[in-house]
Amino acid sequence: MSAMHAERIAEMFVQAADTLVDDFDLIEFLQMVTTLSAEFTDAAAAGLLLGDHEGRLQFMAASDEETRLLELFQVQIHEGPCQDCFREGTPVINADLAEAAERWPLFAPKAVEAGFRSVHAFPLRLRGERIGALNLFGHEPGRMQPSDARIVQALADVATIGLLQERAIKRGELLTEQLQGALNSRVVIEQAKGAIAQRRDIDVDAAFALIRDYARSNGLRLGVVAHAVLDDPASMPDLTAG
Amino acid sequence: MPRVTDESAVALVRALIADEPPADDGPGGTAGWLQRLCRTAARALPATGAGVSMLSPQGARGVVAASSPASEDLEELQFTLGEGPCIDAFASRQPVLESDLGNGAGARWPAYAPAARERGIQAVFAFPLQIGAARLGVLDVYRDRPGRMSATGVAQALAFAEVAVTALLDGQQNAGEGRSAGGLDDALDYRSELYQAQGMVAVQLGVDLDDAMARLRAYSYSHDRRLADVARDVVGRRVVLSRDDT
Repeated sequence: MSAMHAERIAEMFVQAADTLVDDFDLIEFLQMVTTLSAEFTDAAAAGLLLGDHEGRLQFMAASDEETRLLELFQVQIHEGPCQDCFREGTPVINADLAEAAERWPLFAPKAVEAGFRSVHAFPLRLRGERIGALNLFGHEPGRMQPSDARIVQALADVATIGLLQERAIKRGELLTEQLQGALNSRVVIEQAKGAIAQRRDIDVDAAFALIRDYARSNGLRLGVVAHAVLDDPASMPDLTAG
Repeated sequence: MPRVTDESAVALVRALIADEPPADDGPGGTAGWLQRLCRTAARALPATGAGVSMLSPQGARGVVAASSPASEDLEELQFTLGEGPCIDAFASRQPVLESDLGNGAGARWPAYAPAARERGIQAVFAFPLQIGAARLGVLDVYRDRPGRMSATGVAQALAFAEVAVTALLDGQQNAGEGRSAGGLDDALDYRSELYQAQGMVAVQLGVDLDDAMARLRAYSYSHDRRLADVARDVVGRRVVLSRDDT
């Protein structure tokens, strides 16, 4: 491996691993992974599919948005090397498309028609969890070396870690929002109890009963009434007038 | 801030917390668990005390748990004065490590530094509780002697912070949408009087809620009383704040 080659690989991994920045953009990241893998292997094109919540592969990003290429990714939602490697969890390397009509009757002829002769697919997987597949196309058959295949798989693994990390963070962010929201609702209700207690010269428990009854008889949510008591008391004179 | 904690450090922290008995009169649920986390952190790091507070970007803030009443007061102090390592750490999303409050910290926190030292604290280390872009609050660690926290200590404190975030979010996950994490409800019960007092003072003085809270804090600080006690008296109408009260 030449020094320049090694440097390119190192650069590629640094780029792929840099997923922890604040402005992480999922699609941009996936596009970068496909572009890098195509560049590194001199593949004609690369694409990435991810499994959705029902385990169906969906096209996410490609090194090239040319229509016929996109169709090839769409077909693979049902059949093809990505489907195989996603299910089995093992890569498909150097599959000769001219000989693959039996294996992939829908996909293979389309791919040949589009000018490709070889196809590879690498699973995106981490400790048994499989989240998608990385797909590479070549104009000529059987050119990928085992050493190159290992490097592309490693790139796919780095991408997987980044994706799973991003999902865990998104879930954590959502839970945080819910938590802050729920706590805030509680706080608002307590504040409203105090405000009504002060306005009507009653204790806070009696104040809560009034707020709750007002909400019920007007078909309003408790939180809505509480907010209005604080922000716009004039809008609920029956409740707030002292 | 990138995630720097490794799984073994987190596992060790959990094991330490499991050994810490719950307080007799402490809150249940998530808040109770966080109290154990604070006590464990004080033992392990080691430290004079530790506290966990929740803050929101909209300005809501409150102590959730602390290793002792004194630590709870220290947590409250930063909110009363509106400045301190906790507030800086939350705003900047980075830890704030102040190893000597007596050496130049007065420039950074002109009210907080002397007030904390009056309460016997010489060093404060604040670690934001956050995940991705979402911020939850801060874990504060207090010491009564000046001195830097070692790299090992910082690493362990970060593990405590990560465990605290998980506890808060796991509680939320179990509670479901629209309800707050079990046990945080209990922590709020502890503080419900504070928010009721806030609502009362806002109406009494004709000021907005932020102003009302600031006045409650200012009153408790200048009368050297705990905020929770002042709030209870306001709700019980034993204390009435006037416009001139500072």
